[in-house]
Amino acid sequence: MDYQTHISVQNLNVHYGNQQVLKNITLNIPDRKITAIIGPSGCGKTTLLKSFNRLIDSVEGVKISGRVLVDDENILDPKTEVTHIRKKMGLLLQKPYPLPMSIYDNVAYGPRIHGIKNKKRLDEIVERFLKKASLWDEVKERINQPASMLSVGQQQRLCLARGLAVEPEIILGDEPTSALDPQSSQRIEQTFVELKQDYTIVIVTHILRQARRMADYVVFLYLGELIEHGPAWDIFNHPKQALTREYIKGLIS
Amino acid sequence: MERRNIEEKIFKGLMLLSTMVILSSLVLILLTVLVKGLPYLSLAMVTQVPQGGYYLGKGGGILNAIVGSLYLAGGATFLAILLSLPVALYLNVYSKSDSKFVSACRFTFDVLCGVPSIVYGAFGFTIMIFFGMRASLLGGIIAIALLIMPMMIRSMDEVIRLVPRELMDASYALGANRWETALKVVVRQSLPGILTSILIAFGRGIGDAAAVIFTAGFTDAIPTSLLRPVATLPLAIFFQLGVPIPEVQGRAYASALILTIMILIISLAARLLSKKLTRHVVK
Amino acid sequence: MKVPMSARRVKDIMASKIMLVLTLAAVALIFFMVAGLYFKSRPILASQPLSELFFSSRWRPFRGEFGFLSFIMGTVWVTGVAVLIAVPLCLLTSIYLSEYANSKVREWVKPLIDILAGIPSVVFGVWGMLVVVPFIKDVVAPFAGVFSTGYSILAGGIVLAIMIFPVIIHVSLEIFRAVPQEVREASLAVGATRWQTIKHVVMRKALPGVAAAVVLGISRAFGETMAVLMVVGNVAKIPHSVLDPAYPLPALIANNYGEMMSIPLYDSALMLAALILLLVVLLFNALSKMILIRVQRSIR
Ligand SMILES: Nc1ncnc2c1ncn2[C@@H]1O[C@H](COP(=O)(O)OP(=O)(O)OP(=O)(O)O)[C@@H](O)[C@H]1O
Ligand SMILES: [Mg+2]
Repeated sequence: MDYQTHISVQNLNVHYGNQQVLKNITLNIPDRKITAIIGPSGCGKTTLLKSFNRLIDSVEGVKISGRVLVDDENILDPKTEVTHIRKKMGLLLQKPYPLPMSIYDNVAYGPRIHGIKNKKRLDEIVERFLKKASLWDEVKERINQPASMLSVGQQQRLCLARGLAVEPEIILGDEPTSALDPQSSQRIEQTFVELKQDYTIVIVTHILRQARRMADYVVFLYLGELIEHGPAWDIFNHPKQALTREYIKGLIS
Repeated sequence: MERRNIEEKIFKGLMLLSTMVILSSLVLILLTVLVKGLPYLSLAMVTQVPQGGYYLGKGGGILNAIVGSLYLAGGATFLAILLSLPVALYLNVYSKSDSKFVSACRFTFDVLCGVPSIVYGAFGFTIMIFFGMRASLLGGIIAIALLIMPMMIRSMDEVIRLVPRELMDASYALGANRWETALKVVVRQSLPGILTSILIAFGRGIGDAAAVIFTAGFTDAIPTSLLRPVATLPLAIFFQLGVPIPEVQGRAYASALILTIMILIISLAARLLSKKLTRHVVK
Repeated sequence: MKVPMSARRVKDIMASKIMLVLTLAAVALIFFMVAGLYFKSRPILASQPLSELFFSSRWRPFRGEFGFLSFIMGTVWVTGVAVLIAVPLCLLTSIYLSEYANSKVREWVKPLIDILAGIPSVVFGVWGMLVVVPFIKDVVAPFAGVFSTGYSILAGGIVLAIMIFPVIIHVSLEIFRAVPQEVREASLAVGATRWQTIKHVVMRKALPGVAAAVVLGISRAFGETMAVLMVVGNVAKIPHSVLDPAYPLPALIANNYGEMMSIPLYDSALMLAALILLLVVLLFNALSKMILIRVQRSIR
């Protein structure tokens, strides 16, 4: 199958000190699909995800080799200016981290940084993306209150709106529902499925059922190695590797 | 009863006793200053500068020293913030976390924190001689700024260090660079702690005497320029105590009471402020 | 693809450079201080051999004799007395707060100790003159059968001890809290009493850290100026008992700043005193910090 791609990983190796966390990963992420990265805890899922927007190199002792091409630009090249690449990707973490400011300012933060000053346009942007993250109705009355006062589920949707507001083409999620109650999780999942028409979505998850429900494409990591990747249906129904088969049956966790 | 239980009882008693001794020393100090200073406290003390013959028991007050201390500590705190905040941000936002460079800097600042204020005074004095300056408000500001800078850096560093890595990542992921993240996210998140650091340093600046004894001079007037000498509250206390006239010594106690109250207010303000400002802080 | 330097990028890079320079400047302060004071004390170092400076107690600036021994001994005595008083009290208090007191008591006591730490040294001095000095003159000295004005090493030591309480308590409390709860539980589980657990397990783990706390207290006491100056008598003689007056180095510097210029070499001698203080304190602080870093690593 031939996919068009924003993100292409080539021979990526990551070490923390002496420990090799990712081993020679080569992978293309298909566009406008939901890609799920699965694998047991500690296998390097977060590391792989963070290497897409180079958030891993702020840690002391990290060694990275290989290439990660985002729209044909190698972002691991130290000369590359990362902020405009990060702008192309929204990020959702395990736990929502609203910025220490009001709900409005959270969403407006990115657009402001990228040069939008006009109050009317900002109002528009804030409303549009809060709606897109299906949060608008719950917060429109208290848009100027601190974001820290929202519930965790609302905070996660706020983080999604905040990420969407910089108009990325890609959304990265690191177990974005793991801190949420089932209902909030469902809402986030739903939103993702709606968003996939316009965005390329990559999520890390350790919930196999969630991967089955949402994913079009699946990447299976084990101890830092890329064991298997392919369309979700193939991986779940006809895994080629024994390890994948065992993981999917729930034999390794 | 077993021997080991008796031993525990004895030591527990000693522990309670020690805690009591330490706490009562605080109470004793505060009470002494209050009891001795209160009879001499008057409105004139805090609203007038020394009149002619003040040090012989005639009228006036120590407004010169109160205002002088505020000027001096205020100026020094301002100068120290200009240096400390960028340094603390550099260590936490611009440097890789836990790098050797950062540890070495922290180590140096910790060591500098312990340098006695008299040494900062002596060093400040050599700088002043080098530039041909006389004892003045500016000289005192420089000495006190040097004194409080390492503490301010370290206390700001400690609070900024608590900002979750993920919070910064969230800002980076939106395309913000380190400068924007530092100003808009990191400072905002740690604002209560930063303000506390500043107030504590300010209190230190007001209370210190040994660093200004060479550098600030002393005068009965409120300084009108940075290059004039300036009186400070601790030195005013010290000098009044040296005069063998009961009235003047009494006013020294009153001055000590004023200084103590100022310090207590500042530390109370630090506490309240940091509670108040946690509105936006993300837990 | 090459991205043109945006204004944002330029700002970020400029900020980075400026902040790096500021950081390096702040770190360099330590070298500037040592170099500046050394430069100023070169004349006196050149004029007399070190042995003369450090091991002679003849202090006659008018004749050009600068023997620091009395001052060094004064500092050592006062610091020693302060540490002897402070260490047992602080240790017992820290153990109480960390191992026995409930969190409510801890939350009450901590701010009080912070207040103690914030009291200006002049106020300690005033208190010393009002309470400690008369107490020594009227109670301690007659009891010991000697005469004393009260302005003595003991007075300085008591005032100084109170001033270093917060330092020692703060650091040792942190160390005790860093000992993992599991270690205590393991000891309690085999039937040890709380006190036995503290004595054999907690203390053993925390001992180097406590040593670091004490070293830090010593170095703080070493340089404290105003409060000590006000109660210690300031007599330039080698002391022989705690009821003798003394003249510590910081007091020497602070008391003589006015006359510095008129007598040759005098200012240089005072700067040498400051240099000695600085070097000793740097050494002690560095030592204690290194112990603490190591302890924190080994406890976890
Ligand atoms: N900052 C770090 N320093 C050192 N080692 C790290 C660091 N971060 C992660 N690691 C190690 O790298 C490996 C991979 O970590 P990573 O967080 O990518 O795993 P993960 O698959 O996301 O796990 P989980 O499902 O638990 O989130 C782990 O063994 C972890 O211990
Ligand atoms: Mg993870």
